[in-house]
Amino acid sequence: MTASTETGHPNVLAKAVREGLFAGVISFFMFLLFVGIETYQDINNALVWRTRWGLLAIFVAVAAVGRFLTVGFIKPHLDQRKLAKAKSGVLEISESKSFFHRHFLKIALIFLVLYPFLSLMIVGKQGSLKYVDNFGIQILIYVMLAWGLNIVVGLAGLLDLGYVAFYAVGAYSYALLSSYFGFSFWLLLPMSGILAALWGVILGFPVLRLRGDYLAIVTLAFGEIIRLVLINWTDVTKGTFGISGIAKASFFGIWSFDTGTANNFVRAWGLSASSVYYKVFLFYIILALCMLTAYVTIQLRRMPIGRAWEALREDEIACRSLGINTVTTKLTAFATGAMFGGFAGAFFATRQGFVSPESFVFLESAVILAIVVLGGMGSLTGIAIAAMVMVGGTEVLREMSFLKVVFGPDFTPELYRMLLFGLAMIIVMLFKPRGFVGSREPTAFLKERRAVSGSFTKEGHG
Amino acid sequence: MEYFIQQLINGLTLGSIYGLVAIGYTMVYGIIGMINFAHGDIFMLGGFAALIVFLIATSFFAGIPVALLLLLMLLVGMLMTGLWNWTIERVAYRPLRGSFRLAPLITAIGMSIVLSNFIQVTQGPRNKPIPPMVTDVFHLGAITVSLKQVLIVVITAVLLFAFWYIVNKTPLGRAQRATEQDRKMAALLGVDVDRTISITFIMGAALAAVAGGMYLMYYGVASFNDGFIPGVKAFTAAVLGGIGSLPGAVLGGLLIGLIESLWSAYFSIAYKDVATFAILAFVLIFKPTGILGRPEVEKV
Repeated sequence: MTASTETGHPNVLAKAVREGLFAGVISFFMFLLFVGIETYQDINNALVWRTRWGLLAIFVAVAAVGRFLTVGFIKPHLDQRKLAKAKSGVLEISESKSFFHRHFLKIALIFLVLYPFLSLMIVGKQGSLKYVDNFGIQILIYVMLAWGLNIVVGLAGLLDLGYVAFYAVGAYSYALLSSYFGFSFWLLLPMSGILAALWGVILGFPVLRLRGDYLAIVTLAFGEIIRLVLINWTDVTKGTFGISGIAKASFFGIWSFDTGTANNFVRAWGLSASSVYYKVFLFYIILALCMLTAYVTIQLRRMPIGRAWEALREDEIACRSLGINTVTTKLTAFATGAMFGGFAGAFFATRQGFVSPESFVFLESAVILAIVVLGGMGSLTGIAIAAMVMVGGTEVLREMSFLKVVFGPDFTPELYRMLLFGLAMIIVMLFKPRGFVGSREPTAFLKERRAVSGSFTKEGHG
Repeated sequence: MEYFIQQLINGLTLGSIYGLVAIGYTMVYGIIGMINFAHGDIFMLGGFAALIVFLIATSFFAGIPVALLLLLMLLVGMLMTGLWNWTIERVAYRPLRGSFRLAPLITAIGMSIVLSNFIQVTQGPRNKPIPPMVTDVFHLGAITVSLKQVLIVVITAVLLFAFWYIVNKTPLGRAQRATEQDRKMAALLGVDVDRTISITFIMGAALAAVAGGMYLMYYGVASFNDGFIPGVKAFTAAVLGGIGSLPGAVLGGLLIGLIESLWSAYFSIAYKDVATFAILAFVLIFKPTGILGRPEVEKV
């Protein structure tokens, strides 16, 4: 094998052709029914079918050529690069970092603080709605959720597939308490967090003994139970219709963003009417909430409880034999994670002005978990990058109207959003199983702080 | 009493379908210790394959006998999903075997999203109804049993027997059990581990396809997001019976089917899924290994 990769590759090419043909045959049969045949309802509403040989040919060709290129060119290239790296003996972690690399966090933070103004300056008020709301706020919500889940999965190593339940608890707490009792956002934001944390403890308590995949499936079940209760408890939650007309957040009670009120923000400052001010305000709220999450996470990692979480992740038995109380350790992890989910939920409710059980399906939990794992568990920067790529990427897809020119006017890129999201999940995992930032910065160290490559760390089974 | 027996029969039918899907979960979990999240969507693919075969066969041969048609639907579905699951294992799971624990789980969730969206994109998001295939019903006193219920239970029983035979009496089954117990040791003793795992995926998919085809026959409708809820319930069944145990999966499937139909009959239909999930949580909390599962001892 090694001989053939170094010389003129006749064997590799022959192998690539063989594998490509094989992939073509396999994909032909795989896609024969699902792509080659289209089922649709005719005018009489009866199900009929027609063939799509052209599309099938494209699928087969893509599979065959893709496999051919992978085996023939990409894989030998990657192998060679890995070999060269191993020969030179330089470990990635010991390379000196560039200026941008060292000050990445500061630069990113300054950019985020200036982001709404930049977008107002460049695309104006109307254009900014899209950039601040769809990109900025949307991505930051996911960053916050993923950082919250990171406490449970990344730090404490407890696999939670029902995180969206706490998001739902937060959102419904705010929606219900504000529409039934008229409490303000600033009172309900901490309350939603506390309620969600309470639910974290309630749901965490019974699953203390469970670990790994069993824990995952029970948390999934809890997430589904909460969603089903929200759907069916129509007297309180209005079921699938959801709760609409949720109050907007006010500027700390000083100015309101509701049009027509006396202390309206726009009127008080003598600005022209536009909803962009509210969006910018929301952007800063979620940015502040994200920073709070990051700050708490970083601080907790230095405290005994954070160390206990990480110890629990690495080895539960060793943890117990050292006298760490695993019950409180697990429960605090659940509660802290859930609390941030609750904050995000309350924010989500006030931003949308509408909540329904539709927003809290299992897919959301899966997306959040995917962001945590893709980012590299435990790494805040990696998770933020993953959220930006995955959520921002799917949002960008909405904007790609130029694709209509290529694929015809019937082409709707939104339809492919989740398909591409799923594919991205698989591809990133295959190439970087440890996520974007696979290395770890240990909290406790001997002489100097140094990143540890992900391959040297171990995940517990908790 | 008649009402109760009627519900029992309905539950048994539903439980057979869950049981068949649950076997796929339990076999894959047993052999490589991962939750194959995409298995529910393989079940959905099986249903769609059966649907498309039904449409093609009925439009070419109008008077095709129902038995032949059903056989064709199930067989093509089995081949199709077997191929898909084989490919999925090769592409998305095998490279990550031995990698860290969450990686294959994430690719499996990604695969589940990809499969359901793939069908949504290629076949459209609407529900696909087909005309009823098997309409005969028997009346035993006040109890009504439809032929399709009998068919589902009989086909399930036959397949289970075939499976029990393969796993317990053939060299292939021996290789599977050896791989399940200790993959490294099995490899050292000459078991082709990769091939065994591939075959396990194909077998699980074939059973799911049969379940999918029968689900289509029973309800007469297929949809791209049919995979999730039956998938989770089947997984619940596998866990309830004790994951890794074949009889356990079937037992769990039947129990889930019975619980679901009895709960909807006597309590509230709206909360039937809540009941299923609550039972899953209770079983795992008080008996984490399920009904027939072996306790897992963790050593340092």
